[in-house]
Amino acid sequence: MTTEEIIQSGKKVYERPRLLTENITHYCPGCGHGVVHKLVAEVIDELGIEDRTVGVAPVGCAVFAYNYIDVDWIEAAHGRAPAIATAVSRLYPNDVVFTYQGDGDLAAIGTAETIHAANRGENIVIIFINNAIYGMTGGQMAPTTLLGQKTATTPYGRQADLNGFPIKISDILAQLDGTCYVTRQAVFTTAATRKTKAALKKAFQNAMAHKGTSVVEVVSNCPSGWKLSPEKANEWLNEHMLEKYPLGDIKNV
Amino acid sequence: MAKVKGAVTIDENRCKGCDLCVVACPTDTLMLQPKEVNDRGYHFAFMKNPDNCIGCASCAIVCPDGCIEVYRMTLQQA
Ligand SMILES: Cc1ncc(C[n+]2csc(CCOP(=O)(O)OP(=O)(O)O)c2C)c(N)n1
Ligand code: SF4
Ligand code: SF4
Ligand code: SF4
Repeated sequence: MTTEEIIQSGKKVYERPRLLTENITHYCPGCGHGVVHKLVAEVIDELGIEDRTVGVAPVGCAVFAYNYIDVDWIEAAHGRAPAIATAVSRLYPNDVVFTYQGDGDLAAIGTAETIHAANRGENIVIIFINNAIYGMTGGQMAPTTLLGQKTATTPYGRQADLNGFPIKISDILAQLDGTCYVTRQAVFTTAATRKTKAALKKAFQNAMAHKGTSVVEVVSNCPSGWKLSPEKANEWLNEHMLEKYPLGDIKNV
Repeated sequence: MAKVKGAVTIDENRCKGCDLCVVACPTDTLMLQPKEVNDRGYHFAFMKNPDNCIGCASCAIVCPDGCIEVYRMTLQQA
């Protein structure tokens, strides 16, 4: 049985998600943003909500997310995605509204918008890509940067006395009465990626059922900012990130 | 006994040579081209050992660029 014969007469068990556009992404090789985009596209397709889904793109590497997933989008000013999502979801209550934000966008400049949208229990999905760095601007320290982690602005490693502590913003969001679901997932292995997809599906189903704010944090990599190969970056994530940012559901009501 | 055989297609021009599919494959099927590159200069992935593939889709699931599609076939053996 040759490869050609299997492709000709075998069963197709994985295909490129239908809602991904043909555009080649601008992401660096091995970047987790691409994996999460695929999962979002698959989940929206499987739930049959592409005609009523609105994404809100951030400032950060995912600023062009609207070029890659074929639903309606709005591009927000830096950190303001949850405020824009609030407006869309209130004006179009039957739409399924999600934000897609990095840790600089969500946990630094957009902390207030994020916390208050979640505290109001806006009926939105917040997808939070935590790569512990500002990828787009060249690898500066983010609020989520680990202690000891070297970045462009912490060349000797982050120090608590000088730079403060890494923030576990999802744990904070879980404290708020407006959130119905807060989970932390990752995409560094096949198994973790499958779980992230299930979490995203649950979050979108919560929005369809008008349950309030769902937060899906994805512990991700930034091979360029971390100055590691994609494989080494995923190993580093496993060895260092997950200790501070353990995976699993934080809140599920 | 039934035996499962798999095969993948790889969009060579979309591939960024990140190697994550190679790492994720449990059967050592894939490899990056050692010399050849695509239009954008990346050493793209290919099936080095096509007979090994079991169609598990592990490679396709982790590929950040959605380059890989997977096919599976069950063979009946005496
Ligand atoms: C008002 C404003 N302040 C600062 C910036 C510079 N800036 C662009 S992206 C970014 C942070 C990106 O980091 P993150 O949100 O973690 O996303 P990543 O690129 O890592 O995916 C910053 C500070 C800006 N564009 N606008
Ligand atoms: S800079 Fe980092 S986060 Fe941005 S695309 Fe490259 S690897 Fe991904
Ligand atoms: S389908 Fe499975 S066995 Fe085949 S190349 Fe991909 S990871 Fe390897
Ligand atoms: S995971 Fe995708 S982009 Fe990376 S080497 Fe494999 S086929 Fe190419």
